[in-house]
Amino acid sequence: MVKKVVENFKVEYLQVMDENGKVDKKLMPNLSAKQIKEMYELMILIRTFDDKAFSMQRQGRIGTYICYKGQEASQIGSTYALNDKDWMFPMYRNTAAYIARKHPMSMILQYWSGDERGLKSPDKLNNFPLSIGVGTQEPYAVGCAWASKLKKEKNVSFVYFGDGGTSKGDFHEALNFAGVFKVPCIFICENNQYAISVPIKRQTNSETIAQKALAYGIAGIQVDGNDIFAVYKAVKEAADNARKGKGATLIESVTYRLCDHSTSDDAKRYRSDKELKQWQKKDPVDRLEKYMKANKLLNDKYKDEVAKKAKEKVEKEVRIFENIKDPDPDDIFKFTFEEMTDELKEQNEEIK
Amino acid sequence: MNVVEAINSALDNELKKDKRVIVLGEDVGVNGGVFRVTDGLQKKHGSDRVVDTPLAELGIVGASIGLAVNGMRPVAEIQFSGFMYAPFDQLFTHAARIRGRSRGRFTVPMVVRTPYGGGIRALELHCESGESFFAHATGMKVVIPSRPYDAKGLLISAIRDPDPVIFMEPMRVYRAIKEEVPETEYTVPLGKANIEHEGSDLTVISYGAMLKYTKQALEKSDYSAEIIDLRTIVPLDTETIINSVKKTGRCVIVHEAPKTCGFAAEIIARINEKCFFNLEAPVERVTGFDVAFPLAKSENHYLPSEKRILKAVDKVMK
Ligand SMILES: Cc1ncc(C[n+]2csc(CCOP(=O)(O)OP(=O)(O)O)c2C)c(N)n1
Repeated sequence: MVKKVVENFKVEYLQVMDENGKVDKKLMPNLSAKQIKEMYELMILIRTFDDKAFSMQRQGRIGTYICYKGQEASQIGSTYALNDKDWMFPMYRNTAAYIARKHPMSMILQYWSGDERGLKSPDKLNNFPLSIGVGTQEPYAVGCAWASKLKKEKNVSFVYFGDGGTSKGDFHEALNFAGVFKVPCIFICENNQYAISVPIKRQTNSETIAQKALAYGIAGIQVDGNDIFAVYKAVKEAADNARKGKGATLIESVTYRLCDHSTSDDAKRYRSDKELKQWQKKDPVDRLEKYMKANKLLNDKYKDEVAKKAKEKVEKEVRIFENIKDPDPDDIFKFTFEEMTDELKEQNEEIK
Repeated sequence: MNVVEAINSALDNELKKDKRVIVLGEDVGVNGGVFRVTDGLQKKHGSDRVVDTPLAELGIVGASIGLAVNGMRPVAEIQFSGFMYAPFDQLFTHAARIRGRSRGRFTVPMVVRTPYGGGIRALELHCESGESFFAHATGMKVVIPSRPYDAKGLLISAIRDPDPVIFMEPMRVYRAIKEEVPETEYTVPLGKANIEHEGSDLTVISYGAMLKYTKQALEKSDYSAEIIDLRTIVPLDTETIINSVKKTGRCVIVHEAPKTCGFAAEIIARINEKCFFNLEAPVERVTGFDVAFPLAKSENHYLPSEKRILKAVDKVMK
C-alpha cells in the first residue's frame, strides 16, 4: 500500500504597485514614460465616457447601460498588453476594453441605445461582439484560439468574464478544452466580488479563482486588478507564453465595481457603505496618478489637459452618435443568413 | 453505398479538398464514430483534422463556433441528438446570431451532425427528433436526408454553406437503404425538396427516416400519391409543396417528432396561407405523440405506423 502526495500546487498573487502608487522595481514591467502616459490618458478617457454614458441613460438618451467604474486598470492593463490582430471576446462590462481597442465610442452608445449596428468591429481589429449570456463566450474563444494554432498564426484569443462566469459548465468545458488542446487563449476573470447581488463566496468555495486553472493543466495567476502594471505584466506574460506554444492561462483580476451592476440596479441593497469606501481607497485611476506624480510624469497642468481632452473627445462622439439615423425596417432581415431565404423575403414584404 | 458510407465519403471528399475542414467529436477519431460514420478518416487525414474531443457537447459546439469564426470549416458530431440540448445554448445564443450581431463581419460556417430518430431499439435520449427546436430557433439551417445519395450531396452543400447547419442523420435507415453513390464529389442544394414519386390523387410529405416507411405504406394504397421528400426544413421549399397541393387538393404529412409544434404544423399553416381554396379536404398529419419517446418495447406504438398512414390517406381521400 502506498499513500503519497502526487501533485503539489501553488497559486501566485501579483501586485506591482501598491495602493499608494509605490512600485516594486524588480516586478515593474518594461514600459516607457510615453506608454504609461498613454495608459493614463486611456483610463481618463474611459472613465469620462462611463460617467457620460451613465448620465445619458438617466436622461433617457440611451437604454440600459452597464458601467465599469473601478475596473479600468483591469481592462486597460489587459488590452494594452495585446495586439490589434489578437481576438477579443468581451462581455457586457467590457466597454472600456472596446474603447481601448479603438471601437468608436459613438458606436458603443449606438449599441447601448438598442442599435445592433454599433457592435460591428472596426475592420482591422478582431473585436468580437460582447456576450450578454454569462459565461457563454468562454467556449468559442477557445475554438478561435484553436484555429489560430491549427493555422500556425501567432494570434492569441482573450476572453473576459466575471466571477459569476466561472460557475457555469461553460467555464469547465472551455478551460478543459483549452488544456487538452493547448490553445493560445487567455482567460481574464474580472473578479469584482459580486454577480449582481451574489457575493463571490456564493459562486465558489475555492480560496481563489486562479487555482481553478491548475485542475485543467493550464497556468493560473491572481493579480491585483486595480494595479494596471500587474494586470499588464500578467497578460503580457500569458500572451508571450501562448505565442510560444505554451498554451492557455487563467488570470484572476481581483477588482471591485465601484458602481451599480447596471443602470437598473441599486447596489446599496446588498453592499455596505463601509465596504465600498474601502475599495474606493484602492481606486485604480487614483493609484496610477499617485505613481505618476511621484515619478514626475504628471503635474496639475497635464492632468487638466488630459481631462479636458477626454471630455472633448467624448462630447464629439456623443454628437456623432446623436446624428446616427435609426436603422431602416429592412435591417432586421439582412443578417440572418448570407442570402435571404424566400420565406424571409416574404416576411420582409409584410413591413414594406 | 448506405447512408453511413455516403456520409463518410462526403467527409472524406471535403477533408481532401479543403484544408479548413476539421471533423471533431466524441469517438470520431480512432474509433471512427459509434456508428462508424467517420471510420478511417483519422488515419487518412491525421489527428489534427479528425479530432477526438473531451466528452462535452457544449464544449464541442462552442469550440466549433470559434473555429468557424476564425476561418476553419468545422464539422462537429454530437453522438446522439438527445445530447443536443446543452449545446443548444451555444447554437441559440451565438451560432445563430453572430452574423447579425457583428453585422456580417464574423460568420459561422459550421456543421453539427447528429444521428436522430427512433426505430432502432436504442436507449433513452437516443431516439428523439428535435428538428423543430432548431427550425424555431432561427438563424440555423436544418437538413435531414432520407437516403444515401442525398446524404452525401446535402452534407457537402452543408459544409460549403456560409451559415450554421444542423445536419440530422436518420439512424433507422443508416444501413437500411443502399443505392449508387458516386465516389467523387457532388452537391445536392439546400432548400430544395425532392419529388420522390409523382402522383395525382394526393400529396404526401415526409423527410428523414419516415420517408422510407411512408413509401412502403403507400405501396399498399390504390391512390396515386405524389411523395415529397423535404430534405431540408430550413430553408423550406414551400413552392414545391404548394405546387403539388394545388394539383392534388389533398395532403398528408408524416413525421416522427411529437405532434404539438411538430414541423407538420408549419407546413399546414403555409398550405392554408397559400392554397387553402385548392384544398378538397383538411390536411392530415401522422406524427409521434406528445409523450417522451418510449423505450424499445413500446416504440412501435409511438412511431407513425403503416396503419395510421393509410388511415390518414383514406381520410383525406373521402
Ligand atoms: C446565463 C445568464 N444567466 C443570467 C443572466 C442575468 N445576469 C446578467 S449579469 C449577471 C451577473 C453576472 O455576474 P459576473 O459574471 O460576476 O459579472 P459582472 O456582472 O459582475 O461583471 C446575471 C445573473 C445572464 N445574462 N446570463
